[in-house]
Amino acid sequence: MPGNPCARMDLGPYIVLASLEGAITAAVLALTAVGLSLVFGVMRVVNIAHGEFFMLGAVIAWWIAHSLGGHPAIGFAVALVAAPLIVGALAVAADMTILKRLNYDPERTIVATIGVLYIIQQMTLMGYGPDARPVEPPFNTRLAIPWFEHGADGWAMIWPWGLGTTSYKLAVIGAAVVLLCGVWLLMSRTRFGLVMRATQADRDMAQAFGIPVERVYALVFGLGAALAALAGVLIVPIQQAHYLMGADPLLLSFIVVIIGGLGSLPGTVLAAVLIGLSDGIISVFFSPTLAKILATLLVGLVLVFRPQGLFGARSG
Amino acid sequence: MLRLERINAGYGRAQVLRDLSLEVAPGEILCLLGRNGAGKTTTMQAIMGLVPLMSGRVMLAGQEISRLPAYRVPRGGIGYVPQGRRLFAELTVAQNLEIGLRARNSGPEVLDEVLQLFPRLRERYGQRAQTLSGGEQQMLATARALCLRPKVLLLDEPTEGLQPSMIEAIRQVIVKMRDEGVAILLVEQRVDAVLSVADRVAFIENGRNTETLPAEALRADHSIVDRYIGV
Repeated sequence: MPGNPCARMDLGPYIVLASLEGAITAAVLALTAVGLSLVFGVMRVVNIAHGEFFMLGAVIAWWIAHSLGGHPAIGFAVALVAAPLIVGALAVAADMTILKRLNYDPERTIVATIGVLYIIQQMTLMGYGPDARPVEPPFNTRLAIPWFEHGADGWAMIWPWGLGTTSYKLAVIGAAVVLLCGVWLLMSRTRFGLVMRATQADRDMAQAFGIPVERVYALVFGLGAALAALAGVLIVPIQQAHYLMGADPLLLSFIVVIIGGLGSLPGTVLAAVLIGLSDGIISVFFSPTLAKILATLLVGLVLVFRPQGLFGARSG
Repeated sequence: MLRLERINAGYGRAQVLRDLSLEVAPGEILCLLGRNGAGKTTTMQAIMGLVPLMSGRVMLAGQEISRLPAYRVPRGGIGYVPQGRRLFAELTVAQNLEIGLRARNSGPEVLDEVLQLFPRLRERYGQRAQTLSGGEQQMLATARALCLRPKVLLLDEPTEGLQPSMIEAIRQVIVKMRDEGVAILLVEQRVDAVLSVADRVAFIENGRNTETLPAEALRADHSIVDRYIGV
């Protein structure tokens, strides 16, 4: 992060940089939050362990990249496929062994997922240790120095200040957009999407029309966790893997899901962009703490003045 | 076709149904009559496996469906038209029907038949269920159940809040289904509507089936109804 650019007059390039940083936050946040929103929307349960699935994605990505060796792209590509599958399977198992037995009772599920949170976190601490470990980005590693110069926008002028991003960071944004489109297609164009939406609309009626709701729940829980894990894999070349890294995404995801409207996927994505961008910009110009304070304040305001969220359909 | 054998059921510790027994034959309309809270809707939900049985069993064509998980119950051929319609509100008419079709892997010819019964739905095909009028929603709820090619049809107050022309349309479909050999269990508040279609009437009081009479008897002697319903 640059020092204090406010002293200078030329804010343009800093704003571009801050927006780009914010867009990365937004991209990763949107994936994580859509996972949380999906679980809440379809299953009507709050998953406190969601951030740990994000963390597991990052840690598993490190582990795979570390044990495979070779070119970083190989390990990363394997992690991109394997980590969500492993984490998704774990979540399915957690659903079938724990949540199902609690009958998806909202309060008891919160307590149970708090337990899952600590189990995953402490197991990771025991197995992986307390260190933050980096994963090499799959490409552009040789060009770790700024590759993309900002400031050329609009006035055709260049500020060669060394402000920059990497092609990997841009790829994260692109990957998130592609994945979110994938989720949207899954929900709106596939049979499984139809079944999920029917289950979301009316659990009993879904059963009365032959939909195996418990199986749908297990898959949705796994899918939500897999999305968080994907976000974790995408972020780990930028952020490093650490056993406590799940806390921030959890908080931000809740903020985003509440602002967007519980269970509304378009609202969640829009709120993620809003919160991610403002988080990036405020973090660069002021401080990350202020960004969190403002985001939490916004949640408070939304809860007071529009409890169903910006896009929430249900009232009461 | 459908037989309830001394079922006890309820929500949590609150028992609603007590030793309730009923039987519906193919090509017959059995009406459940009773006061509010007597357990009519709970009976329907117990058949569908949505309310757990404490004891007793539900038999469908000789198979004990009350031992199946709820989502397997409709696959035996039970179409459910619940009270308040309970459509998948955000899904379109087409998608609501698709869920009905998929429950028992019905082919496109079933969809055609159903849409012939309710041509209005064809006009509304791409519309969200929640944007339909009350009558159209009831048509959709009924059509969704018929998409299962049901052997047994459960209808819970299908004419509630509808205008007379709609009531008549729904009634005709019910009678048509009966004539095709479907066993129909109907919950209805309005006594005249019951008497115009029912073959037999089962009175239900405090979760117990007090008496089951042929509808003929009630049409002849209205005082029996008054005794149970207490109008």
